[in-house]
Amino acid sequence: MIFKTVLVIALCILALAILANLYRIIKGPSSADRVQALDSIGINLIASTAVFSVLLHTHAFFDLILLIGILSFIGTVAFARFIERGVVIERKR
Amino acid sequence: MNASDEIGEVVGAVLILIGAIFSLISAIGIVRLPDVYTRSHAASKSSTLGVLCALLGTLLYFIISDGFFSIRLILGIFFVFLTAPVAAHVITRAAYRDKVPLAEQSVQDELKDYYRENEIVEVEVEDKAEAVNYQTK
Repeated sequence: MIFKTVLVIALCILALAILANLYRIIKGPSSADRVQALDSIGINLIASTAVFSVLLHTHAFFDLILLIGILSFIGTVAFARFIERGVVIERKR
Repeated sequence: MNASDEIGEVVGAVLILIGAIFSLISAIGIVRLPDVYTRSHAASKSSTLGVLCALLGTLLYFIISDGFFSIRLILGIFFVFLTAPVAAHVITRAAYRDKVPLAEQSVQDELKDYYRENEIVEVEVEDKAEAVNYQTK
């Protein structure tokens, strides 16, 4: 039982971390702050998915970990390109 | 069987708790630090370490207690380790080019002169390319 308690505590800590990132998303002065905090939320979501898969003792969520990682990276790079140049996909001239 | 179960539980719980605490420290850094660059420093490094600890704890837990070795989890660890610093770098560069100011207490900006020179060069090159393009049309 102590094992599950520790896992639930870890989940609560991760939720607190996500809430702190949410504060930065709402308040962040520049848009780069918000994108950075969103990327950090994605990483925290990966960790919580891993903790949930231990808590429920299932292998079914391992695909999801990889998928959230890839989607978070692609979204971050797309937002960064948008901030930097104004377009995400450039046209060939 | 029971002993290996307990070892797996202890290893998994300790690593996952360490990872969660590292994530919380990174989030505190994101809230408290003064500008984009220091916040990006906090967000990328310690949050990456935290998620790596959590994923490693999950992997070891399933290896020790189930004997289940997940190659997808290894791929996830590798991918996060590879892409989180790259994402932080890209965001920080975008912020710098977007002229987000540094914190007031920072004393040195070595990129300033470099970027100013290079921006002029880049603009010239783009103009030339456009001119050439225009002539060929």
